Amino acid sequence: MQERWSVGKLAASWFVLLAVALLWLGPYAWMVLTSLRTLPEIVAAPAWPLPKSIQFEAYREVLHAIPVGRYFLNTVAMALGIAVLQILLALPAGYALAKLHFTGKKVAFALVLACLLIPAQVTFVPVFTMLGSVGLVNTMGALVLPFGVSALGTFLVRQALLSVPDEMIEAARLDGASELRIIYGLLAPMLRPTLASLFLFSFVFHYNDYFWPLVMTTDDEVRTLPLAVALLREQGTGVRWHIVMAGNVILSLPVLALFAAVQRQILRAVTARA
Amino acid sequence: MKPRRPLHPFLFLAPTALVLGLFFFWPLAIVLKNSFYRWDLLTPPEYVGLSNYALLLSSGELVGTVVRTLSYSVVVVAVSLALGLGLAVALDRPGRLYAFVRGAVFSAYVVSWVAVALLWMWILDADGGLLSTLLRKLGLPVVSWLGDPRVALFALAGVSIWKITGYSMVIFLAGLQDIPRSLHEAAALDGAGPLQRFRHVTWPMLRPSAAFVGTTSLILSFQAFDVVRVMTQGGPVKSTTVFVYAIYEHVFVNLRVGRASALTVVFFVFLLLLTALQLWAWRLGTARTGRA
Repeated sequence: MQERWSVGKLAASWFVLLAVALLWLGPYAWMVLTSLRTLPEIVAAPAWPLPKSIQFEAYREVLHAIPVGRYFLNTVAMALGIAVLQILLALPAGYALAKLHFTGKKVAFALVLACLLIPAQVTFVPVFTMLGSVGLVNTMGALVLPFGVSALGTFLVRQALLSVPDEMIEAARLDGASELRIIYGLLAPMLRPTLASLFLFSFVFHYNDYFWPLVMTTDDEVRTLPLAVALLREQGTGVRWHIVMAGNVILSLPVLALFAAVQRQILRAVTARA
Repeated sequence: MKPRRPLHPFLFLAPTALVLGLFFFWPLAIVLKNSFYRWDLLTPPEYVGLSNYALLLSSGELVGTVVRTLSYSVVVVAVSLALGLGLAVALDRPGRLYAFVRGAVFSAYVVSWVAVALLWMWILDADGGLLSTLLRKLGLPVVSWLGDPRVALFALAGVSIWKITGYSMVIFLAGLQDIPRSLHEAAALDGAGPLQRFRHVTWPMLRPSAAFVGTTSLILSFQAFDVVRVMTQGGPVKSTTVFVYAIYEHVFVNLRVGRASALTVVFFVFLLLLTALQLWAWRLGTARTGRA
């Protein structure tokens, strides 16, 4: 049944479209435009008109002020380490919880679910003092290990494994495959969509994370990019919004590019939770 | 299935148990213990009983923190939910243009809080910010968004709404996909207009999505920190000091681990209450649709 669109309805729809685009793309546009200005331009006319020419001065200032390359590598290494560790550990745990009989299974599963209720904001003080007492504060370990297990990830892997028929695992056992081979060689490839969305969600979340690295590091060696960009505003004096916005572009561009490339998977990862 | 060796399940769960024990359950117990001590991280802790809790109550800090955190969260959730629903219904059309605009709205959810907070600090900047310049051009008074204690918390809420509306929009869009076209067609045949169809067909079918988005974003907003730390550092005059920022400040600025821990315990109890609310809302949401 096709509805006829009146001119008024069409205009209203276009108006909504335009307003929404302006409201959400406008700020990005302004971020990029600001980053392409020079200091005198910002001081003279901060908001308008468009910059006369494209200037990369602000980006040079950012690269001069902070070791962007190292921070970027730190951030990616941390996010990658967390995402990979979560998947590696969720697979055997999910396998045991979904497929194997043992005493205490219900309790174990309930304890994993209980961790969904405990965010890092609740545990960070004791974890900070604990890691401090073993000399791990200011190391990659302090950034990665506390997130090595995702309770949600373990749960999702367990749910996905429930629908794998037992016969398949029995057959692999008869073929002489070891349990680890069954988990990582047979089951993991079958769970590819679940694992991919788990990986993406975890990677993006931790790439963006500000709270944990802020609390656990004071040292440049292990600082991450979000921290460094936030510091760009706090350091130095005078008007430096063009520099801060340049840092912002550097920080956001990789995530936006990743989002553009795998938008469908990210959307699936988000809606799968619902 | 029978495990090959009786020990196997425990071996497979051991790494997970180790991490969860070390970084979830053990710290939870320590937080509770620390809340009964006075400790500045430098000298040995001293047992003080319930006095941390008593101080939080008598100083009014606890009530203030709860009120600020709840006001922020309720505003963020209510507005982002309504906006997300409206956008989902308006943008649920085929075509590349609509897909692009949906992507643009959702992209804010993917970008880091730090980037969003810094961007909006500049937009809201009283001297050269985009918004102030626009207001001035229109001859309207310029508000000191982040400098006025009556406004700052809601300015932060506005920024958070901009960031997470894409999330609720996406969940509602997924909910809309599940509504059979035949329902709309039947309602249209019965002479129902667009508004009536929304009220009697769309909304009842979206209620589970609304319960899901509403409660999850409530719990997440309750844990807000980044936007506060970057934009206002809890100020002006404490007006944006929400729970997690207050805890952070007690530990890293005032070196009051005991007070911070007591505040954390209360914060955790609130999170448990919100989770109970969440489970209740989900049950209600699905039960209602079951009947519809």
